[in-house]
Amino acid sequence: MATKKESRVEVKKTYKLFINGAFPRSESGRVFEVTAKNGEFIANPALASHKDLRDAVTAARAAQSGWSKATAYNRGQILYRIAEMLEGRANQFESEIALSSQINSAKAKSLVAQAIDRWVWYAGWSDKLQAVSGATNPVSGPFFNFSISEPQGVVAIAASDNFLEFIDALGAAVVSGNTSIVLVPGGLAVPAMSFAEVLATSDLPAGVINILTGSLDELAPWAASHMDIDGFDISGIQKKKQGALKEAGAENLKRIHSFESGKTPARILAFMESKTVWHSVGV
Amino acid sequence: MSFYGLVDGSEKSLIHFLDQLSGVDQVGAEARAAMLATRSIKTSSKKWAIETAISMVDLTTLEGADTPGKVRALCSKAVRPDPTDPTVPSVGAICVYNDMVEIARTHLDAIGGKHVPVAAVSTAFPSGRASMEVKIQDTQDAINAGAAEIDMVIDRGAFLAGKYGLVFDEIVKIREVCGDKAHLKVIFETGELVTYDNVRKASYLAMLAGADFIKTSTGKVAPAATPPVVLVMLEAVRDFYSMTKRRIGVKPAGGIRTTKDAIKQLVLVNETAGPEWLTPNLFRIGASALLNDLLMQRMKMSDGYYASPNYVTID
Repeated sequence: MATKKESRVEVKKTYKLFINGAFPRSESGRVFEVTAKNGEFIANPALASHKDLRDAVTAARAAQSGWSKATAYNRGQILYRIAEMLEGRANQFESEIALSSQINSAKAKSLVAQAIDRWVWYAGWSDKLQAVSGATNPVSGPFFNFSISEPQGVVAIAASDNFLEFIDALGAAVVSGNTSIVLVPGGLAVPAMSFAEVLATSDLPAGVINILTGSLDELAPWAASHMDIDGFDISGIQKKKQGALKEAGAENLKRIHSFESGKTPARILAFMESKTVWHSVGV
Repeated sequence: MSFYGLVDGSEKSLIHFLDQLSGVDQVGAEARAAMLATRSIKTSSKKWAIETAISMVDLTTLEGADTPGKVRALCSKAVRPDPTDPTVPSVGAICVYNDMVEIARTHLDAIGGKHVPVAAVSTAFPSGRASMEVKIQDTQDAINAGAAEIDMVIDRGAFLAGKYGLVFDEIVKIREVCGDKAHLKVIFETGELVTYDNVRKASYLAMLAGADFIKTSTGKVAPAATPPVVLVMLEAVRDFYSMTKRRIGVKPAGGIRTTKDAIKQLVLVNETAGPEWLTPNLFRIGASALLNDLLMQRMKMSDGYYASPNYVTID
């Protein structure tokens, strides 16, 4: 309610999804409510349906070949630019995270700084991955034998309700050339959609990262059984519910992993596969 | 000569007939098509719609790079669209260029696909820019090679210049060449006809001249089979039926790539021309990529999870 002191009508944000570089509402038209610690209303993010997930997978699949074929240098540049944009909007992220994750502003400030640094850390890996994970294998014959790591394809992420872990899962998935669909639960929806606005202004090709806010219980089983998703990071899913998802993912031999929080290159390599190439010597 | 007792074959009578057709209400047609597109088709109706749509697909390859191998692969797909599931119906026809007709026919016969007809595009497809002799020979070649359906293009230049008689005579001549050996589909290339009024005129012109089917587009020009254009053509076949008691088929082609698009077309047919037209004999969809999406949607319905393009063929 406007009081006499306020001279402006509030401009409130409509929270939508981020699919294929655009911001559509959920096909279902549903929303859910995010509130602060004291019960005060913050936002009505979109409650994505399995049809939104299907659209996101189509977008991610279409973007996959372009993103994986971009040079590692180019991918690194684009990811670094995302960090630049995050830095410029750090204040916004701090206040949104403080409100929606119900933590104090000092904690939120350090969390955002950490998240930006973490994203830069992942960006840096793009042109170093091959040197670390690839190999020239010794073989008995007049051949070179190389093992090269390649991105898996389309990776879905069931994020836990924490901005830093969201950054961990997403950075690890896309730096190698995978495209991704992130399923974002609860209050994290608020900073996640601001993150989508950052992505939309960072030269990131449409469809490389798609963000769906909503219920993991509803969306994760659809993602697990979707035949066109190649990998699934289920770190945000409770341990007791992970088994059912792994079972559903068996149909297309989906790689389904859960990670402890923290940065490690192993998390990047988990959604890459090794390809071995033979080349004759001395010709 | 008399054509359905409506025109006598002279340009004068034709122009008189076409001039007395009422104009299309553009806003109304677009609003009606958009409204029908919002219908939601679910569960058993959706399954029926998907299978009906599969049986209506004219599986098409019209590329300069078509090889005999590609045409044969497409024929195999036409007979059994989903090799893992024999309950999926065969498609309506295979649609290829003239020189591929024999290859397609021979292969279809060899793999148990005698029931799948081969359609050939004809009369200097896609532009229609050639002499009458060449167009007749083009059609004759296709029929000799075993084509049971001829998809001819009209001379849009002549139509837009108002030479309706010329366009009419061309269709009549090709109709004679087809005789009782081949069905004749007449392609308007609605993207080049500019207005809905022209689409309506072209529809009547082709039907009067003896077309068995009227078809929107070559697939080489965008926009192609937009819902309002198909609506106008369906209205034309419906009204033509009430005048002559003869049912003419409609074939939208070009731009129909998803199951959703195809089901929208079926809704248009049912609500405009009527359920009698919901058969491959009177409604076809010219497409190549559409079939994969229909198959994937069918898999989704039977398996309960979303399918991947990795499990259907590339072409």
